[in-house]
Amino acid sequence: MNNYEPPIFELSGTGKIGANLPEVDVPTAELPQGLLRDDDLPGIPELTETEVTRHFTRISQRNFCIDTGMYPLGSCTMKYNPKVHEEAARLPGFAFAHPMQTAEQSQGALQLMYELQNYLAELSGFDQVSLQPAAGAQGEFTGVLVFRAYHLDRGDTERNEILVPDSAHGTNPATAAMVGMKVVEVKSGRRGNCSIEDLKAKLGPRTAGLMLTNPNTLGLFEQNIREIARLVHEAGGLMYGDGANFNAILGIVKPRDVGFDFMHYNLHKTFTTPHGGGGPGSGAVGCIAELAPFLPGPVADKDGATYVFRQPAKSIGRVKSFWGNFGMLVRAWAYIRTLGAAGLREVSENAVLNANYIRVRLQDVYPVAYDRPCMHEVVVKGQLKEAPQARTLDIAKRLIDYGFHPPTVYFPLSVPEAIMIEPTETESKRNLDAFCDAMLTIAQEAAQDINILKNAPTTAPVRRLDEVGAARRPILKYDRAKFRELRREEDPVTADDQLFVPSY
Amino acid sequence: MAYNTPDDLRYAKTHEWVRVDGDEVTIGISDYAQQALGDVVFAELPSVGRTLSAGEPFGVVESVKAASDVYAPLSGEVSAINEALLDAPETLNSDPYGEGWMLKLRPSNLEGEQNQLLDAAAYTQHTEDEASKH
Repeated sequence: MNNYEPPIFELSGTGKIGANLPEVDVPTAELPQGLLRDDDLPGIPELTETEVTRHFTRISQRNFCIDTGMYPLGSCTMKYNPKVHEEAARLPGFAFAHPMQTAEQSQGALQLMYELQNYLAELSGFDQVSLQPAAGAQGEFTGVLVFRAYHLDRGDTERNEILVPDSAHGTNPATAAMVGMKVVEVKSGRRGNCSIEDLKAKLGPRTAGLMLTNPNTLGLFEQNIREIARLVHEAGGLMYGDGANFNAILGIVKPRDVGFDFMHYNLHKTFTTPHGGGGPGSGAVGCIAELAPFLPGPVADKDGATYVFRQPAKSIGRVKSFWGNFGMLVRAWAYIRTLGAAGLREVSENAVLNANYIRVRLQDVYPVAYDRPCMHEVVVKGQLKEAPQARTLDIAKRLIDYGFHPPTVYFPLSVPEAIMIEPTETESKRNLDAFCDAMLTIAQEAAQDINILKNAPTTAPVRRLDEVGAARRPILKYDRAKFRELRREEDPVTADDQLFVPSY
Repeated sequence: MAYNTPDDLRYAKTHEWVRVDGDEVTIGISDYAQQALGDVVFAELPSVGRTLSAGEPFGVVESVKAASDVYAPLSGEVSAINEALLDAPETLNSDPYGEGWMLKLRPSNLEGEQNQLLDAAAYTQHTEDEASKH
């Protein structure tokens, strides 16, 4: 099979057309001069409908997704997205609802939002949920804005520091900085948990709050969570729970019960709405009653038998147009209702079991970062005793040849050569074994002949990419001459111009 | 792995080096830091004239693997930055103690703060401790 697919511009031929537009029956007008582009863009490619279809279908077939294989990307919870959710989201009453319709005309949609708020509140123990934020990072941003609003409302104007553990997702410090907070890092202790000593040293009258992921990004449960929460609260700060790893504790731990004041839920992780194409996600947020007045609105509420929109009294305002990413809310609602309380608990039990199964099968060959039971993900190191030249990147690239999406690599930053594996509950034991077998075989290959790893991947449409070159000297737009030059370098047989264009 | 740790420099635990030269100090990242980061693809530096306190992040070094803050080992005012790094961040890998310097600082409390810094032997010990932590 010819794996090569050129940019669509290479397929363009003057005068080719794929659509019949009706005759213009209104006067034509010139575009304003100031809006016309005068750079050297190649223009709009001209193709037939067949060519367009084949081009995009062929590209789509390269896509590795959860529907084609295991995707154990740590911290991302790439679980299977049940297809029945797609049907639910496409029910005409939901799919064709217009965001400008009144609440009165949207009772079904509002009921779904109201119920989803309550389910999410029940799972976390919180008093109020807002479905507004569009994704996890926006949920974090919302949380820090709410913290600030809460402190300012109490006349506590000096709290401008957010504490973030060194194992945190990069979005935690980024969102705190977006709100104008100063980010203060808290170190991890020897067992991979937040260091209590360092936390004590960094808490103070300027502490607005601590952002914590539990289980943390090392896949470890913060066993001192109550103590951490007590210290933060005593210092006058608030506890932000990053819900990225909620998949490990559904129906087992309610974040409020262990001391959190606010959290975001990643509906696109825990509640199986797709991560597809970079979005849309949904980062619903929940909090204790004291913070509820500051939540972004509107939230869905019930007035007698009627569902209404309500703006919280001291709301920070909107963080998203209209009503959040509504289609995602339908999918999450369907997931929760399909599984029920017992089923959701089982999700976490199996997610944790699967990660520990992988940990135990790999630990003699791949050193684990912290030698203790993990939660829903396990962090190992790509440091092979028998093959010291092997790097995590090589192991990840070789996994592609075995048909697996590589796990998250080089994160968390605190673990050298980190490989962070999150199988999720939706992989079968047979599949987990196939993944572990591949990892163990790769270690053997590395010991026999390191080039097997250094040359990987060999079965993918492209080989090892120059990631450093791409980052240092990115080529951000199509340039025909540049494209042909690079293409010739990559594959000398395409010196013949004909070979730049595959025949479909 | 072996790291180059020149004896005539002082080091911060966060892997920056300091060269004291009269009333000005030069700051960069250590060989250990550049090796741990891997190929650097981007460097962000503060503006000249900015006042830094010891321990405060003054810039970012981004590699293919990670983006990491770089911390001021001493308090003071930024007197110069190495603008060449903005176009050629790979110099941080190829020559971390020379052409890969990041900024010059006029320290405000050199006497008081420099005891916090490590000498080459203590820094080498520190990097070994870090490596054995996991």
